[in-house]
Amino acid sequence: MTSPPKAPTPPFASLPFARVRPGKIITWTLLFIGGVMMVTPLLFMFSTSLKTSGQIYDLRLIPADPTIQNYVTVLADGRFLKWFMNSMLIATVVTLSNLFFDSLVGYTLAKFEFRGRKLIFIAILSTLMIPTEMLVIPWYLMSANLGWLDSYWGIMFPGMMTAFGTFLMKQFFEGVPNDFLEAARIDGLNEFEIWWKIAMPLVTPALSALAIFTFLGNWTAFFWPLIVTTSPELYTLPIGLTSFAVEQSIQWEMIMTGAALATIPTLVIFLALQRYIVRGVMLAGLKG
Amino acid sequence: MAMIELKKLVKSYGRTDIIHGIDLEIKDGEFVVFVGPSGCGKSTTLRMIAGLEEVSGGEICIGGTLVNDMDPKERNIAMVFQNYAIYPHMSVRQNIAFGLYTAKMSRQDKDKRVSEAAETLGLTQYLDRRPAALSGGQRQRVAIGRAMVRSPSAFLFDEPLSNLDAQLRAQMRIEIKALHQRLGTTIVYVTHDQVEAMTMADRIVVMNGGHILQAGAPMDLYENPVDVFTARFIGSPSMNIVQGREGADGITSDPGGNLKLGIRPQDLLVNQPVPDPVLTLSGPVTVVEPLGHETLVHFQAAGQTVIGTAPGGQAPAVGSQVTAALPRGRLYTFDATSEKSLGRK
Ligand SMILES: Nc1ncnc2c1ncn2[C@@H]1O[C@H](COP(=O)(O)OP(=O)(O)OP(=O)(O)O)[C@@H](O)[C@H]1O
Ligand SMILES: [Mg+2]
Repeated sequence: MTSPPKAPTPPFASLPFARVRPGKIITWTLLFIGGVMMVTPLLFMFSTSLKTSGQIYDLRLIPADPTIQNYVTVLADGRFLKWFMNSMLIATVVTLSNLFFDSLVGYTLAKFEFRGRKLIFIAILSTLMIPTEMLVIPWYLMSANLGWLDSYWGIMFPGMMTAFGTFLMKQFFEGVPNDFLEAARIDGLNEFEIWWKIAMPLVTPALSALAIFTFLGNWTAFFWPLIVTTSPELYTLPIGLTSFAVEQSIQWEMIMTGAALATIPTLVIFLALQRYIVRGVMLAGLKG
Repeated sequence: MAMIELKKLVKSYGRTDIIHGIDLEIKDGEFVVFVGPSGCGKSTTLRMIAGLEEVSGGEICIGGTLVNDMDPKERNIAMVFQNYAIYPHMSVRQNIAFGLYTAKMSRQDKDKRVSEAAETLGLTQYLDRRPAALSGGQRQRVAIGRAMVRSPSAFLFDEPLSNLDAQLRAQMRIEIKALHQRLGTTIVYVTHDQVEAMTMADRIVVMNGGHILQAGAPMDLYENPVDVFTARFIGSPSMNIVQGREGADGITSDPGGNLKLGIRPQDLLVNQPVPDPVLTLSGPVTVVEPLGHETLVHFQAAGQTVIGTAPGGQAPAVGSQVTAALPRGRLYTFDATSEKSLGRK
């Protein structure tokens, strides 16, 4: 028997770049361009927040004469802190509400057999196809009738539960093996405890993702809070920052300072939760 | 501890009956093993006993109490699943303690119970680990621990060993049996592995198609199967079944005969002297499987492949002619059409 001929060693095979395939180069290039495009506005925001009003049209990335005066001004202005806290309160409450109710409904749809289950699911899903712009008028009329205009509850109520979150949680709960739930049933937990103590911990990746989406969505929400609020004390941060902009002349450096401060909670949330978005935790309790 | 009675138990999904009215009485402290092919309704029966599946007809009594409409937790049974189903987000200690979830006892007592169970199962050093950091056998032990701490009135096992490798399975088999001997708790155990059934059971219940075909002590089933199905299901390798006939010249194989002849491979001795055999078969060898202490010889006879046994060191060559003989008293006979047993010859 003859051994098959060896492929000739390609030239320069020992050089590191020789092993990089062209596909990789294209991928990296695209990713690099994408990365630069996403990071640049953030850098400019930060850079502008360190400039004085005279320098803002000087487009150098590193300010000639960086100052933290803007931050002092913004933080000393009570309104900014108020709006920040408003946004914080609203985003937190809405997020917790979604985590609780979306997963409660999602779990029920995923794990219980009952008449009309499919219909309810389809009804929930179909609301995903209605754009917010179409809902704003009914929301407004409803809030007006119920006296919810210009209140925290008025800002929060449309988002307390979302079809998307319910759908997401349902899909994840379907992946939770019934054996866990049955084992818990035999261990004597009631159905609510099974959901809370067994099923919920098994879908932490989904809960983390939902928390991040919901928090970010509400933190940056603009359209509905703008419509439903009239008193400046109830403004959320995005509305507040805009009102900054139009007060006298547009104060870009102040807006950028506010925006820079506004990114902090989103960063914190993301960094705190992203490590839970690891798949595969669930399988560990099942067979070897 | 309690006896479990199934009376005319029926399960149907929609209009399809899955379990067709089975009757069974499991004595207090008995180790009963349900065996049968895939889909015959073993798990369904077990899950009805556990209360995880609704009963469509008939009655289930545990310890004399009708439990048809009771929740699993009210039945005081413990169950071990094929997939272990130990909670991945909890430590071994928490998992075992979950078996005591509803128990009304002090913290210290619970801790004590958990430590004792861990001790028994050799899990003490793993108590603070997560399931992900355990081997398959250790995970299964945690599942057993969770079932054990509660002192349930019965243990239900659904193929608990089928995800383990052969060696670990053999070891766990012994451990579960030892556990039963020590605790004396009623055990209902489902498997489709007849070796598990033979080695562990006080009584084997053979199921097929939602019926109980036969229930009895392992050796009783082995020696006196009621029909061809049970006969072939118990014993490994499976019993040879050859069409035959009883005439003036004794029993012979005959493709048109009115009997089915059951021959256990262990009884069919290849190339060995057997005084006054009840049946002899001969033909060319097709496959030889040396097992060490004996050799399984597959050969062609009566128009089919028959398995016989030769002593350890004496494997006949493939293709050679062999003659195999069956000692008197070792031939199982069945009616060819009904497949019911007609006794041993
Ligand atoms: N939800 C269901 N709807 C309809 N039929 C079902 C349902 N669950 C089980 N069955 C049927 O019931 C029968 C018995 O199932 P069961 O799980 O009890 O079998 P088994 O003996 O445990 O088999 P295996 O050895 O494969 O575990 C099967 O034929 C199965 O198809
Ligand atoms: Mg099964």
